[in-house]
Amino acid sequence: MRRIPWLGLALAAGLAFLYVPLAAVIVYSFNASRLVTVWTGFSTAWYGELLNDRQIMAAANTSLVVGVLSATLAVIVGAAAGYCLARFGAFRARWLFATATIAPLVVPEVITGLSLLLLFVAAESAVPFLPGRGLATIVIAHASFSMATVALIVRARLAGMDREIEDAASDLGARPFTVFFRITLPMMAPALAAGWLLAFVLSLDDVVIASFVAGPQSTTLPMVIYSSIRLGVSPKINALAALLVAATALLLGCAALAGRNRLSGRR
Amino acid sequence: MSAARFRKTLLAVPWVWAALLFFLPLAIVVKISLAETAVGVPPYTALIDHGALRATLANYRDVFADSFYAGAYVSSVKIAGLATILAVLAGYPMAYAIARAPERRRGLLLLLVTLPFWTSLLIRIYAWIGLLRPGGVINAVLESVGLIDTPLQMINTTAAVCFGMVYAYLPFMVLPLYARLERLDPALVEAAGDLGATPWRAFLSVTLPLSLPGVMAGALLVFIPCVGEFVIPDLLGGPDTVMIGKVLWSEFFSSRDWPLSAALTVVMMAVLVIPVLAVQRTLGEEP
Repeated sequence: MRRIPWLGLALAAGLAFLYVPLAAVIVYSFNASRLVTVWTGFSTAWYGELLNDRQIMAAANTSLVVGVLSATLAVIVGAAAGYCLARFGAFRARWLFATATIAPLVVPEVITGLSLLLLFVAAESAVPFLPGRGLATIVIAHASFSMATVALIVRARLAGMDREIEDAASDLGARPFTVFFRITLPMMAPALAAGWLLAFVLSLDDVVIASFVAGPQSTTLPMVIYSSIRLGVSPKINALAALLVAATALLLGCAALAGRNRLSGRR
Repeated sequence: MSAARFRKTLLAVPWVWAALLFFLPLAIVVKISLAETAVGVPPYTALIDHGALRATLANYRDVFADSFYAGAYVSSVKIAGLATILAVLAGYPMAYAIARAPERRRGLLLLLVTLPFWTSLLIRIYAWIGLLRPGGVINAVLESVGLIDTPLQMINTTAAVCFGMVYAYLPFMVLPLYARLERLDPALVEAAGDLGATPWRAFLSVTLPLSLPGVMAGALLVFIPCVGEFVIPDLLGGPDTVMIGKVLWSEFFSSRDWPLSAALTVVMMAVLVIPVLAVQRTLGEEP
């Protein structure tokens, strides 16, 4: 096929558009000056200051716990939903099932946040012994939208795999649950690993939904970042941002290796 | 255990989950949108009070009668629409270039496009603040080469919001478009060429029409979250950038008017219900 020179140029420009701002943040996180745009020399002082910031470290800890728990929950529910969509054909109210599974991916965060908060408040007044809002409500809220991503990845993986092995197992007399746990689940494993990592990253990114459903005692890292961004650009936040970009890149690299680009639709 | 019971058990997990965390919350939002504000915890009146139904449409009257709210919906749809069009224009050449790249490079290129999306939106918007603000990188560069004397006001404008949205959601546009373009049979374009069509003509009458479902899917994935976006208009927008996500946020957190916030949410969902169902059709059914 004929090569079109400007096409590569457009791609390069698009990628530059995506990466230059992040590169700028990373570069300026090593700036010695407190003034964010004046370069006075290389320094890692802001990273050191970050580690000594109690509030930020506590919030980072909260975010990690929330991320691990919500990603695990999201994988369980998302895997079940993805499996149903991929393997059960036309079941009753399938369109409603698919909508409830996939919509959380695109519904604006303010809608998800507000509606889940109202749910939690209603639950608190209806069930007397329920603990108040806090870590658990953020975990549930995050899983409620990240399971959509897991479901899509699992469904894509299953759609790309032939069912002969599963069929052979049932022909040889294995019961459906045995087939699922002994054959299907191991075959889905890479998608589950990729889904878990992506759900973790999604949880680590969210500020809007967490702001709605968090209790007064539980503050996640993005909530702290958001309130300090509102006060202006600071070198400390640059350092934190650089660390988060690096962490995300690492996790995404792992997810890509695990899922072999399941997200991108290749199979 | 029988296959039927296996099916039922596996279907039950997501169904119960969706009932509790998708349908029930939406029902509660509708319920509270029919209540009145009250002093207390929770800060709204009960729908059934001493056996009598107490529902009011006053919140909806406020939403529709107040030109501030109506205007917020209109400008949200406008800004999100403009961002979507710009994302199509920026994303199409990128997706096309990746689809035409040598196969061994496509995975890496796709990873490069997706990587920023998985980086915190907050961080990415923060990065733009650093570039756009009056003492920021772009103004400093322009001033040092003598193009401008006074800093350009780039941040806190509606244009910055639009720009930020394209930046934030571009991967959502590129991925479905790429998936579509990759599956397109190159023989069709070659056939058009053999029949004497110029490359442009072949693109316009073969590639573009066949890729429209991808454009549609990408446009929906960009448009829907942009309509209700909060972080981008809050951090990049100015005082005259009125978007419904921001209005909802301040009604809820500053005015503490829960019933009105609920009504604003219900109307936003009504605006988005058709696009969301369309997403379900494209993403939910196409493997």
